[in-house]
Amino acid sequence: MSIFINKDTRIITQGITGKTGQFHTEKCQEYANGKNCFVAGVNPKKAGESIFNIPIYGSVKEAAQQTGATVSVIYVPPPGAAAAIWEAVEADLDLAICITEGIPVRDMLMVRNKMKEKEAKGGKKTLLLGPNCPGLITPDEVKIGIMPGHIHKKGRIGVVSRSGTLTYEAVGQLTELGLGQSSAVGIGGDPINGLKHIDVMKAFNDDPDTDAVIMIGEIGGPDEAEAAMWCKANMKKPIVGFIAGVTAPAGKRMGHAGALISGGADTADAKLAIMEECGFKVTRNPSEMAKLLKAML
Amino acid sequence: MKIHEYQGKQLLKKFGVTVPRGIHCTTVEDAVKAAETLGGNIWVVKAQIHAGGRGKGGGVKVAKSLEQVREYAGQILGMQLITHQTGPEGQKVRNLLIEEGADIKHEYYVACLTDRATQSVAMMASYEGGMDIEEVAHKTPEKIVKVFINPLVGLTDEQALTLAKGMGMLEGSIPQCVDTLKKLYTCYMETDASLAEINPLIHEGDGTVKAIDAKFNFDSNALYRQPEIVAMRDLDEEDADEIEASKFDLAYISLDGNIGCLVNGAGLAMATMDTIKLFGAEPANFLDVGGGATTEKVTEAFKIMLKNPKVKGILVNIFGGIMRCDTIATGVVAAARETHLSVPLVVRMKGTNEDLGKQILKDSGLPIISADSMAEAATKIVAAVK
Repeated sequence: MSIFINKDTRIITQGITGKTGQFHTEKCQEYANGKNCFVAGVNPKKAGESIFNIPIYGSVKEAAQQTGATVSVIYVPPPGAAAAIWEAVEADLDLAICITEGIPVRDMLMVRNKMKEKEAKGGKKTLLLGPNCPGLITPDEVKIGIMPGHIHKKGRIGVVSRSGTLTYEAVGQLTELGLGQSSAVGIGGDPINGLKHIDVMKAFNDDPDTDAVIMIGEIGGPDEAEAAMWCKANMKKPIVGFIAGVTAPAGKRMGHAGALISGGADTADAKLAIMEECGFKVTRNPSEMAKLLKAML
Repeated sequence: MKIHEYQGKQLLKKFGVTVPRGIHCTTVEDAVKAAETLGGNIWVVKAQIHAGGRGKGGGVKVAKSLEQVREYAGQILGMQLITHQTGPEGQKVRNLLIEEGADIKHEYYVACLTDRATQSVAMMASYEGGMDIEEVAHKTPEKIVKVFINPLVGLTDEQALTLAKGMGMLEGSIPQCVDTLKKLYTCYMETDASLAEINPLIHEGDGTVKAIDAKFNFDSNALYRQPEIVAMRDLDEEDADEIEASKFDLAYISLDGNIGCLVNGAGLAMATMDTIKLFGAEPANFLDVGGGATTEKVTEAFKIMLKNPKVKGILVNIFGGIMRCDTIATGVVAAARETHLSVPLVVRMKGTNEDLGKQILKDSGLPIISADSMAEAATKIVAAVK
């Protein structure tokens, strides 16, 4: 098994006709069961056409109705990306994965609150992964996003991180040591996002085919600490933790909009201390994440 | 993106918040003229830099005559103003705000910011204005009142009243305070701000509620739709190298150490910096070349790093995914040649076409040190600069 997605997941690509969407759709199709998984694209101006043998529909709703797809991946450029997320939510999909980087924070605030309002009124809950994330992958089954497929190996370790390349780093180390991954999830570097560390840790905890997890965080925000507290009380599997940004100065945005120290409880040192207190095996050396995990199995 | 106080007050005024009358100027002569135009017999001469703590650093003075306006403007303009936010070298003052005096009876604090935990807009207020709010938050957190605003609803009358009463606003001034808070919220949302702070907000002898300072940060993701805000950008206040880097779509931040680092991805870049520190040295910069690095981008990145005279060595750490290692290797070789690189260079490459990339580095004949892991790369560069 795996979390959120597997070889039977059927996926709609929003922004499939753009340069980024085309590039990554092809790569995703080439990976494992991708040819069967990516079943629809959306572009109102090109409805009825097709690209890479994937039919294009005028709306997410129509694409979902015609193909039975329950997940969408979004490459729509920033000005329209929040609206694209909302379209996926209105179509009652299970999961929307937003790769787009650079969405205005106000747009994310609005769409996240609209999503919560819909759920509060009894509407279907759509999970959101991202934005500004690499996506997620279940090795040898399906890859949804921009990560390099070939570094992954099927197995029983979960990986969750805000950052893309740091996720790849952890995956690469695991694969090198012969440890495969159940799923690897990049939750993205934006301050207002969907799934957080805690949500992914819950899913890994519930997944019978995940034995242990590498959880990677960054400076800024309360998410890692929140996840750590939950894990202390509930997690039944070993966790290796790393937080990037020990050397990052306060008040400077380190590339990711979310990676900005604002208070004092959101520094790398503070988060590492909380994680350690909550039973994580933490490291300050990101080169030994997989090695530490292997020693715990 | 940040703006000056005088620009922040223009924004507040545009949204209906009462601010003192003031005039922005850049010369001593204009400062005196500004005081004459404003009239009255008391003026405030305020240094305009993109950092807080200006008063303590000697950048804000109250003048009681035109002679004093001239004297203070002369002192402040051109000075290196050092505050707890500028760093030890300070920031040169190029702009002044000359304002009419205010009849300050009490100083309060108000701020608006986006709260990631609740995914709402937090507005907070305190009776303890005029001082460092982080100190208040630390020592007496009960003196700060907070409301969380659902952006689909906006700041409600009830919430605004909670804030006005909670901050201990003078009874008779509560209606104007409520109105001010609502206008501040509208201003925050419509300008795509990420922080709007009025410290202090005051009430005067006649009960008037006024914003005496204004600090704004804006969401850089939203600048494309905020031309009025972009027009307020003052490049003199920003780091020249960071501006240069942003032209090439590179995220660059200069730091105090001596090892330059070039990495793809913000998280991996921070992890690389941390590894350098772990092995006994300090990073000279944060530099994320992003996902689509070209030879040109890598070359520019090298040039920007090497402008920093403190740089004694460079560590390149690339996890090749979509970006292939051979592409990066070609870029690194070209950049090393073009910049006549004379400091040690350690390259760690992983991922797509890793072997091909390593071969390109080897075949270049340049003294490039190769490494397999981040830890090994950090060990090697630290040893090389010692």
